[in-house]
Amino acid sequence: MDSGKIVFSALDIEIRRGAVTAIMGPSGTGKTTLLKLITGQIFADRGQVIVDGLDVARLNRKQLYALRRRMGMLFQNGALLTDLDVFENVAFPLREHTRLPERLIRTIVLTKLHAVGLRGAADLYPQQLSGGMGRRVALARAIVMDPEILIYDEPFAGLDPISMGVVLRLIRSLNDALGITSIVVTHDVREISQIADQSFIISEGKVVASGTTAELRDHPSPIVHQFVDGLADGPVPFHYPAPGYHEQLLGGNAFA
Amino acid sequence: MRSTRTIDISTGLFVMLGFASILFMVTQITNRGYSLKSDSYRLMAAFENIGGLKTGAPVSMAGVTIGRVEDIQYDINLYKAIVTMRISDKYRAIPNDSDASIYTAGLLGGQYIGLTPGGSDVPYKDGDQVIMANDAIVLENLISKYLFNSAATKPGESTPAPAPAAQE
Amino acid sequence: MITILRETMQSFLTFLERVGLLVRFALRLAAILPLGLLRPRPIIEQVYNTGAMSLVIIMTCGLFIGMVLGLQGYDLLTRFGSEEYLGTATAISLLRELGPVVTALLFAGRAGTALAAELGLMRATDQIAAMEIMAVDPMRRVVLPRFLGGVIAMPLLVSIFIVVALFGAQLVGVEFFGVDSGSYWSQMRSAVELSDIREGLVKGLVFGVACSLIAVYEGYNAMPTAEGVGRATTRTVVISAVVTLILDYILTALML
Repeated sequence: MDSGKIVFSALDIEIRRGAVTAIMGPSGTGKTTLLKLITGQIFADRGQVIVDGLDVARLNRKQLYALRRRMGMLFQNGALLTDLDVFENVAFPLREHTRLPERLIRTIVLTKLHAVGLRGAADLYPQQLSGGMGRRVALARAIVMDPEILIYDEPFAGLDPISMGVVLRLIRSLNDALGITSIVVTHDVREISQIADQSFIISEGKVVASGTTAELRDHPSPIVHQFVDGLADGPVPFHYPAPGYHEQLLGGNAFA
Repeated sequence: MRSTRTIDISTGLFVMLGFASILFMVTQITNRGYSLKSDSYRLMAAFENIGGLKTGAPVSMAGVTIGRVEDIQYDINLYKAIVTMRISDKYRAIPNDSDASIYTAGLLGGQYIGLTPGGSDVPYKDGDQVIMANDAIVLENLISKYLFNSAATKPGESTPAPAPAAQE
Repeated sequence: MITILRETMQSFLTFLERVGLLVRFALRLAAILPLGLLRPRPIIEQVYNTGAMSLVIIMTCGLFIGMVLGLQGYDLLTRFGSEEYLGTATAISLLRELGPVVTALLFAGRAGTALAAELGLMRATDQIAAMEIMAVDPMRRVVLPRFLGGVIAMPLLVSIFIVVALFGAQLVGVEFFGVDSGSYWSQMRSAVELSDIREGLVKGLVFGVACSLIAVYEGYNAMPTAEGVGRATTRTVVISAVVTLILDYILTALML
């Protein structure tokens, strides 16, 4: 972001309303940067990010905050507020943005917690939760304001298979039940392909492939092939760029 | 994470402690605010020279602080310094022929007023003027007097010694 | 030679940039100050965090500083045969210098680092970003109450420190060395002016503003890594200490 490196060039992605869109790519291709662009945390030097007809970079603070209220985001590690318990974490957006009576807040929060299966954990603090539980609480928080867009940043990273299955099922069911537009950034190809309506694979700042899961599987491009099948070497090289192996080992001044 | 009640109580305690400390500083370690006004009475004394006496200086009897210097004015008619003292009501029964002197605490210390009781049965009342006021001993005068005396009468003459410290 | 010059110039520019950023940060805090005051609840919590939690260390250090002043003061004053001035000497040095300065240094070490680490951790765990996505301004919700809590707590801590130290000096001077208790306090009273107390409290307030500002600034702008959090806490202590001492000189010169 400040190193002068170009993260994206000629990136063109269209995300359909009401669908689950997966954005995949090798680590370090700027998937998280893309999310920050969509939510207006950072702005592109060139190009536009349009959300529901609004150019994110051109909004003033108030309009941006108004737009963000219509979004929910699930962070990689949950990003629960550590000084609040689970209940208060989920209630946080309600308390900040609404003047609802306490009874109603309670009802809403418990409903959302129930939706992620953690109604019983309302009194726990984030430190007491496992990674998967934390992410589910964060999900409950993300949907508590009934957003139109829900963004998931690496929702499966570091989860055991059971938690992963739970989160996977939640993404799909929330999308269908609430009519949310879901954007999932991940590199867990196999998992996301079970639920994604539409996928993009980005690499080196460009979209290298897009389409449905089936379309991607049969994609001719070698990088898509490498990525989908998880091959160690390919267009994304196993070796970080280095001088010749022989030269460096036998050249004498290897560590000069 | 503590419950809000614990937080409130400890915060309250902390804030009370803080304000108590401020209050303590303002009332207990300055002479301002150390109010004797309600239960005290005034005495005046006219001095030829008060030396370095300042308002707020202690007024003592036999070394015990019984009041403070409240005000110092120069009387243009008498050519004297009029010192107003506030004496605590506890010390009502000061004979009305007691005299006041200005002393120095220690060799370099600040100056204070010492009252020496007289023999009268009638006490001073509020606003009375002290019968006899002994001036501050000014070091320069003392030295010049000593030099003058020793030049005139040769050594051996006694000169007034500096007043002993009242406290300790 | 030229490279040295250039590097000096460069680091000077970086320094100026830092100052500029800090000022901008402070101005933003000032701009949202009225909004923050509308919600006293989080401020109370922060007064607890910075003030009440620092109480033990402040009182312990105050006691020992006072006892040291008692020892040193007594030793020095007996050489002039004026130990009854122990109270005066202790009170003046505490009110004008030691009280505010030592409290500020302790504050930077105890509360300042805690603030910086907490904010840095919130940054590193995406809690700050999460708030931004939830359309909650973290400056208002997180930074401002912490800053205000520090500003409120500091003069109170200074007062408590001074009073405890006065009793510490009394303990040594009066109880151990037999200075007359009456003269300890009465000499103090006759010499201490209200302006001395004012000087102490003003210094406490200014140091409180400076130390809290530095702590929240460093924490809020910490690099979102474990190392970044560590660096932020270190910088908080170092910068707070230096700034406190510089400000102390300026304030003393102004108020003498």
